[in-house]
Amino acid sequence: MMFSFVLRMARRDTRAGWRRLFLLAGGVTAGVAALVAINGFTANLRDSIASQARQLLGADLSFESRSPLPDQARAALDSIGGTESAVTSFSAMAYTGGSETARLTQMSAVTGGWPFYGTIETSPAGAWGQLQSGRHVIVDPSLLTSLGVRLGDSITVGETRLRVIGTIAAVPGDVGVRNAFGPRAFMRGADLDATGLLGFGARAEHAVFVRLPPGADAQSIAETWRPRLRDLRVRIHTVADDQVRLDNALTRLGNFLALVALVALLLGGLGVASAVHVHIKGKLQSVAMLRCLGATSGQMVGVYLVQAGLLALGGSIAGAAIGLLVQKALPALLGDFVPVDVVFHPSWAAAAVGTVMGLWVAVVFALLPLLEVRRVPPLAALRQDASAGSGGRDWWRIGTLAALGLTIILLSTWQSRSVRTGIIFALAVLVVLAMLRIAAALLMRLARALAPALPFSARQGILNLRRPSNQTSTVILAIGFGAFLLATVLLVQHTLLRTLDVSSPSSANANMVFFDIQPSQLAGTDSMLRSAGIVASPSVAIVPMRIASVRGIPVSTLQADTLRDGRWALRREYRSTWRDTMVASEKLVAGRWWSAPAGDTARISVEQDVAGELGVSVGDGIVWNVQGTLIPTVVASIRSVDWTRFEPNFFVVFQPGVLEAAPHTWVTLARIPAAESRGLLSRRIAERYPNVTSLDLTLIQGAITSLLGKVTLAIRFMALFSLLTGLVVLVGAIATSRFQRVREAALLRTLGASRHQLVTVALTEYAALGIVAGAAALLLGGFAAWSLSHWIFQVAFSVPVGSAVMLVMATVVVTMLVGLWTALDVARQTPLEVLRGMLE
Amino acid sequence: MIRCEGLTREYQSGGQPLIVLKNITLAVEAGAFLAIVGPSGSGKTTLLGLLAGLDRPSSGQVTLDGVRLDSLTEDGRARLRGERVGFVFQSFQLVPTLTALENVLVPLELLGRSDEPRARQLLGSVGLAGREQHYPAQLSGGEQQRVALARAFINTPRILFADEPTGNLDAATGATIIALMRELNEAHGTTLVLVTHDQDLARQARRIVHLADGVIVSDSAA
Repeated sequence: MMFSFVLRMARRDTRAGWRRLFLLAGGVTAGVAALVAINGFTANLRDSIASQARQLLGADLSFESRSPLPDQARAALDSIGGTESAVTSFSAMAYTGGSETARLTQMSAVTGGWPFYGTIETSPAGAWGQLQSGRHVIVDPSLLTSLGVRLGDSITVGETRLRVIGTIAAVPGDVGVRNAFGPRAFMRGADLDATGLLGFGARAEHAVFVRLPPGADAQSIAETWRPRLRDLRVRIHTVADDQVRLDNALTRLGNFLALVALVALLLGGLGVASAVHVHIKGKLQSVAMLRCLGATSGQMVGVYLVQAGLLALGGSIAGAAIGLLVQKALPALLGDFVPVDVVFHPSWAAAAVGTVMGLWVAVVFALLPLLEVRRVPPLAALRQDASAGSGGRDWWRIGTLAALGLTIILLSTWQSRSVRTGIIFALAVLVVLAMLRIAAALLMRLARALAPALPFSARQGILNLRRPSNQTSTVILAIGFGAFLLATVLLVQHTLLRTLDVSSPSSANANMVFFDIQPSQLAGTDSMLRSAGIVASPSVAIVPMRIASVRGIPVSTLQADTLRDGRWALRREYRSTWRDTMVASEKLVAGRWWSAPAGDTARISVEQDVAGELGVSVGDGIVWNVQGTLIPTVVASIRSVDWTRFEPNFFVVFQPGVLEAAPHTWVTLARIPAAESRGLLSRRIAERYPNVTSLDLTLIQGAITSLLGKVTLAIRFMALFSLLTGLVVLVGAIATSRFQRVREAALLRTLGASRHQLVTVALTEYAALGIVAGAAALLLGGFAAWSLSHWIFQVAFSVPVGSAVMLVMATVVVTMLVGLWTALDVARQTPLEVLRGMLE
Repeated sequence: MIRCEGLTREYQSGGQPLIVLKNITLAVEAGAFLAIVGPSGSGKTTLLGLLAGLDRPSSGQVTLDGVRLDSLTEDGRARLRGERVGFVFQSFQLVPTLTALENVLVPLELLGRSDEPRARQLLGSVGLAGREQHYPAQLSGGEQQRVALARAFINTPRILFADEPTGNLDAATGATIIALMRELNEAHGTTLVLVTHDQDLARQARRIVHLADGVIVSDSAA
């Protein structure tokens, strides 16, 4: 093939029509920008984790446990050598003598020199150095605000008072959203006993951080001790482990966002295909003539493929450049989720990969319409009606379609790093595109039925949807997909937030939880609630326990089977209760609830997921270790539990008459409408029973709302690129048909149409496009959100009618604005100018 | 130079077979100037398309410059045209995105060659010196057809097919074009096959074939 001819023709053809072709190139720009931005950000993130890994742990190695470290762990630490620092973390109520509220605080008691790597920044600077020199505390600024205290004041934690000497500005390895669930405070380990808070039932995390002597290898130490300490439930962390775990978690977040970005690129591909289709339609005469002059069909496809490729390369490079700029902005958007300071540096690898992906997508999508060029018979140069020879099965076309499908699957697999996710994602994209295509077809059919009934201008507008080489499908696909993504995010966010709603006055849900109530404090707590005029629901007992054996096989044997699923279910500490009835959030799935009193073997009811993980069914035996006492039980029933309700729900419920004698604590739920009353009550209870923790669910709800808001903001930001691509495709579609529109408008003008009428024609057309794209997007988004709510989040789906209508309206308005812009442009030309142009 | 035997072309029209050409047998010797005339729908353009290998006959065969067209693939026929055949169309068929000069050069470039001086010289010989860098839209109809003529001769074709070359031009411009074609025919010894429904134009040829309803009704020297 004369490749030089192909190149030369491609270059010349582009030179003459570059303005229109510019939009062909622009189709992939937004998609490439989104991909380069998110992939570059992920690469930056990984580099930052690698360089800041030691600061994340603040040490080389740590031993962590839910209970004080056992002797074997102590012995291990002694044998390792190095410098130790202990940090004990627990939740406690903090309040002051004068404050009207108490605040649940995440306390950390530090002994020794942690962090060994990185520094904790405080205000005033240097406060960290003063922490160990007295009964001091350094707190999050939010605690000062909520308790109304200042630096130098004292706060009460448990049975001791601590003086606030500074506030926390930055803790290495901390995630911004972490303190949303309660402000943090650091105190010295020496004051821990004085708080009196680490008694029975208290949840605390005991960690010992180690800075190793030079030459010691953290990884081999961890591997040596891990198997020996596993049964004692001591976890060993190293910098490398943490880095891998963090890398995986954050890369997953990045990959998910990249999939959203990929949608923008695929839509861009669609735009390219449509632009090429229109471009080629205008070239068929030239193609036929060149075929007469001896050009082969391969050469002709080559000319336009090279042209599309070169333009897409330009568009991709521009996209990569924009992507690098956006990448710089992403840390501000996602920074709250990552425990490292993301250091920006342009990721050339991401830019190169993004450019290649943009080029590849454009070429594959362009090939489909380009194949039409092969079928142009040279005879078409002589007679317009010459038709393409129909020649059986078109393997090129089949091959191109296969390449298209494969491209989508490969790219989504590449971005999600999972073949399964890749295929599911690709299928989902294809289904949504197919549904939007059907919506477009329905619109065009409707247009034909509807048009005769309409007045002139509206009729012209509606008929434009069906004009030859119309781009109704492309526009609905491109705009609709962007709107679909936004609709899905909107609906899922609304559904999740509505489930968590405890604040609305109509909600009957409890909004205050008091836990860790000792049996001796139960009556006192109840009377305090009653005297405040609050009716609390009956208190629930909680007994901590672990599994000793399942169906006669000891847990240690089961855990050694590394192929077995659900090892977490064997290892975890269960917090069980006893009851004689089921509660509203539970449903019996198998077996029977007990009616007769307990016999020799206690009966239990197990939640269905845990039952699945443990591999037990009704009639199987489980032996529990309750504070050292072994209690054999038999599974009497399996329950499903609606975990989304803010209620005390349990994996395992015992028949009454078994656990009452075991050490336990109580939980009480109450609904207290006024925020001041909640604050005051938690303050009073904290004063009288320092170990009792009060949790204000409205605060938690606020934290979750803000967290969810940040997650959805990030997703929306990525989805916005799809909408942007949709707009570029829309503008492209309008631009490619501009000539036709100008001619029609000139004709209508000549025949006496007013400017107002011309604008009405355009607005009708774009309003119809926007309404169908927006409505189809909402329906599809509704279905997607319902599926996610039902199958993944397992919550009841609900639609925010107002926001949904707003979304559709925004889609319509944006589409119409673009339409209005062309209409004005078209109407500005005088008919004579246009008609003279036609004759030339 | 051109031979066809038993050439028949059928189309399907509304489910009915429509015979456009019936059993045409014709021989055109090298250097001839042949006009194919007949009313609209008589099969003139179909015959031209078949002779030039732009279409395949339903039956019968065409030999072009010693090569049987049915022995070639679509691309093989394209190559043959590129090397030995020139075309002039009623609607000029210039590539709108190429300048006049570039349009003239296309057939050579398809063969991997270029000869700009010759293209300029040809443009000069059709009276377009100085208009080389103009785009088709910047040229009048007559000028566009002259560019098409220059293009038709750039690869010194052995055969030139012209389909109603003056159909879109006024009488005076049309006469100029035909005169140019004759000049080139005589200067290069090119075989000229002209399709027209214009009797005056046809009389300029040395041989006239009359078609009606897909059959040759007369074949005579002009």
